[in-house]
Amino acid sequence: MSTVNQGQIELDAESIYKEFCAGIKPLIKPNTALVGVISGGAWLVKRAVQDLSLSSPFGVISSGLHRDDFAHRGLSDGGQTKLPFQVDGADILLIDDVLYTGRTIRAVLNELYDFGRPSSVRLAVLVDRGGRELPVQSDYSAVRLSLAPGRKLTLEQDAGGRFNFSLESKSAT
Amino acid sequence: MQHKRNPQLNKNGELIHLLSTEGLSKQLLTHILDTAENFVSVSDREVKKVPLLRGKSVFNLFFENSTRTRTTFEIAAKRLSADVINLDIARSSTSKGESLLDTIANLSAMAADIFVVRHSESGAPYLIAQNTAPHVHVVNAGDGRHAHPTQGLLDMYTIRRYKGDFSNLCVAVVGDVLHSRVARSDIHALTTLGCAEVRVVGPKTLVPADMAQMGVRVFNNFDEGIKDCDVVIMLRLQNERMNGALLPSSQEYFKGFGLTPQKLALAKPDAIVMHPGPINRGVEIDSAVVDGPQSVILPQVTFGIAVRMAVMSIVAGNDA
Repeated sequence: MSTVNQGQIELDAESIYKEFCAGIKPLIKPNTALVGVISGGAWLVKRAVQDLSLSSPFGVISSGLHRDDFAHRGLSDGGQTKLPFQVDGADILLIDDVLYTGRTIRAVLNELYDFGRPSSVRLAVLVDRGGRELPVQSDYSAVRLSLAPGRKLTLEQDAGGRFNFSLESKSAT
Repeated sequence: MQHKRNPQLNKNGELIHLLSTEGLSKQLLTHILDTAENFVSVSDREVKKVPLLRGKSVFNLFFENSTRTRTTFEIAAKRLSADVINLDIARSSTSKGESLLDTIANLSAMAADIFVVRHSESGAPYLIAQNTAPHVHVVNAGDGRHAHPTQGLLDMYTIRRYKGDFSNLCVAVVGDVLHSRVARSDIHALTTLGCAEVRVVGPKTLVPADMAQMGVRVFNNFDEGIKDCDVVIMLRLQNERMNGALLPSSQEYFKGFGLTPQKLALAKPDAIVMHPGPINRGVEIDSAVVDGPQSVILPQVTFGIAVRMAVMSIVAGNDA
């Protein structure tokens, strides 16, 4: 895992992704199901399953129906949860691009439990940018950053499947 | 002249009330249908509930009778975790002389968040939307002959589900168009969504003369109207709204405009048959068609729950 300061370094998403693949490999047991959080985590899972030649079951999950900011942000567009395996008793490795406040992961855990009771859930992320507002931690992060609340870090994927990070200043919401 | 804002939308163009499919953009209609897609699968989960309206109160205000619509709104609100209060208004305060707006003011004082309104008078949900507290959302569950937007939307969802894109479709709306709020909601939604051809089919006494202005083709001959259609939407013959002798008899009507397997054979072989219910078997539609392989009448009811979940969660997420 690398630790960098904001502004000090350009985030090379492709090399972070390679480090991420190497980092999650030991976390994947034969019965582990990979679940990517829509949208960035879903891209990561789909590519990692191919690049690591995994035969593990995998799915994607949306935080949309359990978000705590629904009352003022409304429903967001995006994909829907697809978990094509038995969630009851499953060992699940959740995968997301950026871990920030922890609110998305809280919502995703609630969503997951609507499908059954997994035996264990772990979390791996590409970037942990700090700024947690809930007691949520990752089991693995490829990069740890400290970003000011006003910055927005987003993973993007081009038509060829390659990753890129965009870092913007956002207006306070 | 100042352009008057659509009362269904806030200043950002977001849906805050659903009163009619008229005046809603293709983008907004598509957003509602896409959102409904998310909710269809909620029925397949172990926990068939999502918490989007947790702590909110949905008041079903039915000034006119309804079983299917009220029940599907109730199920939809409960699946969104709302508290649901069903009021049979026709038998309570209004029968004691209370005005509509006084009833609404009293219910607002009970901390309502969403009013689902059915009323025999066209425009009643508009009146409520314009006179209610800013945080309260109104969903029209059918007003007079005017609109039944959630039925229109669930019809669009059903068509999209079975037929995909609207741009190559021919859709026939058949029967008692004159009294049908469903027909109006369907036609507005179909034309906005870019349906290639919308037909209105019925006897002259049950098809308003100005129908062609809505961008539809009018047919007074059933065989011609149904020929080569992809979708046939049959309307119920609304006996309770008939004043005067618009039809010789229901048997005569069935002869001319009843959908039988023989008539359905004139449409495309893979045409689907829809009906908003309740069905009058042997009046506007033959039992063999209702229960036949081309009928999607029961899936319509199921999709209605997801569409109503979508509408309530969208309006509740937008501020006035």
